[in-house]
Amino acid sequence: MNRSSIQEKVGINKYEIDEGNSHIHIDQEKCANCVEKSCLYICPAGVYSERNGDIIPEFAACLECGTCRVACANEGLTWFYPRGSFGIIYRQG
Amino acid sequence: MADKYQVIIVGAGLAGSAAAFKLAQAGLEVVLIERGQYPGSKNLSGGILYGGILNELIPAFWEEAPVERSITKNIVTFLTEQDSFSIETHNNRFSAPPYNGFSVLRGKFDRWLAEKAEEEGAMLVPGICIDGLVKENGKVIGVKADDEEMLADVVIAADGVNSFLAREAGLYKDLHKQDVAVGIKELIELPAGTIEDRFNLTGKEGTAYGIIGYATAGQAGGAFLYTNKESISVGLVIHLDDLLKGKRKAYDILEDFLEHPRIAPLVRGGKATEYGAHLVQEAGYDNLSRLYDHHLLVVGEAAGLLANNGLVIRGMDLAIGSGMLAAEAVLQAFDRNDFSADALSSYQKAMEQSFILKDMKTYSKAPGFMKGHRLYQQYPDMVTGLMEKIYAQDCSPKENIYKIALNQMKESQISLLNLAGDGRKGLFWL
Repeated sequence: MNRSSIQEKVGINKYEIDEGNSHIHIDQEKCANCVEKSCLYICPAGVYSERNGDIIPEFAACLECGTCRVACANEGLTWFYPRGSFGIIYRQG
Repeated sequence: MADKYQVIIVGAGLAGSAAAFKLAQAGLEVVLIERGQYPGSKNLSGGILYGGILNELIPAFWEEAPVERSITKNIVTFLTEQDSFSIETHNNRFSAPPYNGFSVLRGKFDRWLAEKAEEEGAMLVPGICIDGLVKENGKVIGVKADDEEMLADVVIAADGVNSFLAREAGLYKDLHKQDVAVGIKELIELPAGTIEDRFNLTGKEGTAYGIIGYATAGQAGGAFLYTNKESISVGLVIHLDDLLKGKRKAYDILEDFLEHPRIAPLVRGGKATEYGAHLVQEAGYDNLSRLYDHHLLVVGEAAGLLANNGLVIRGMDLAIGSGMLAAEAVLQAFDRNDFSADALSSYQKAMEQSFILKDMKTYSKAPGFMKGHRLYQQYPDMVTGLMEKIYAQDCSPKENIYKIALNQMKESQISLLNLAGDGRKGLFWL
């Protein structure tokens, strides 16, 4: 099997995307002062990236595990489930 | 006026559906609410379903349930960068009813169990995300989604490892990074015949691997790999605090693992069809919260249920068992028309007396032991090194095995005291 990137991994999944309605909210001020920025590497779906100093969550790829919420060191991140029926749809699980 | 029911269960996973099945079977009016499009669509597991308890709820469930393979072969592997050392056990008893454990795919399996609950009369409501509890005078009287309220005599929180409901009720300490592990899993499709040839299986039998060492790049945790009918589930479980310290991405570690010379041949030619992640509660028995309050019970992962002795990690059977015991307590409460915390405390007592909390108690020291790093670095190095020295014949005089072992321990930086201490802990704590 060939090595696959995280984009390829989540790309094979099925999602029902709640367009324009992110279930992840970022307090950029708090995150700007965060040293760890653990969200950038801890998320198993690679949801978080940094652009011009802001944390950008690609919420559509979220696997709804909740790792980011537990890992976040300074409460800059608010994570709740997507609205009912939206988000990841495990066909096999 | 909000609708009122006898019992509302939040989460149609294994715990919630088991409770719904039993309550509906007894004739109660049960609403089973699921945030996914269908039960199982949010659920992911990396382990084996030990079927004993489900066999009590639905006798001979394997005849109709979408199980994948009955696991007859268990393999424990210590992995280093190049080498491996495995212990394989094949138990014939597990190949015939009542079997022992099954590989399952939750997207299918949970859907089936929820349908069974529906057949008994439970009302399944998918696609609704409950965002909080409704309380009156500090007591839970229902749940709410957006601004719509649904009331019930009893609410069962079966909303999984992140349980926002149990936390809101103060029954679940928030998860901390030292108490959880991150699980990731890839599903790799292969023809059934290829799987059977490759893993030396016949018919519906299956293999499960537990792999420690290089699999997690030396971090606390392990890898799993097991066979489904026409796919292989393979993934990692790594303690969150280690993952945070190491700053390596879990999916990169998984890719390295899949390329390992001992692992790559097992998945060769396969096609990845799904990738998922799930938090694993590793806090253990000592960190469990109370499982009940006025009008409220907590089951499954929402209650922190997971038993891990290093070789066998169980969550699904504990979830099913807790759902069944919660249902029994609710039935007693309806008999007496008393839904106070005092009345519902019978659930906690039943749990303490059952295999569920007894097993968690037995393994209460295992989480600490499993965090010891020698297990992931030095020991895999030691056992593979030792076997290599025993088998290698290079025209120099051999020493006896005792001397070889002492030398290997030195090389792997393990002292006799380390070995004695870890061995004693391993024997008594796991």
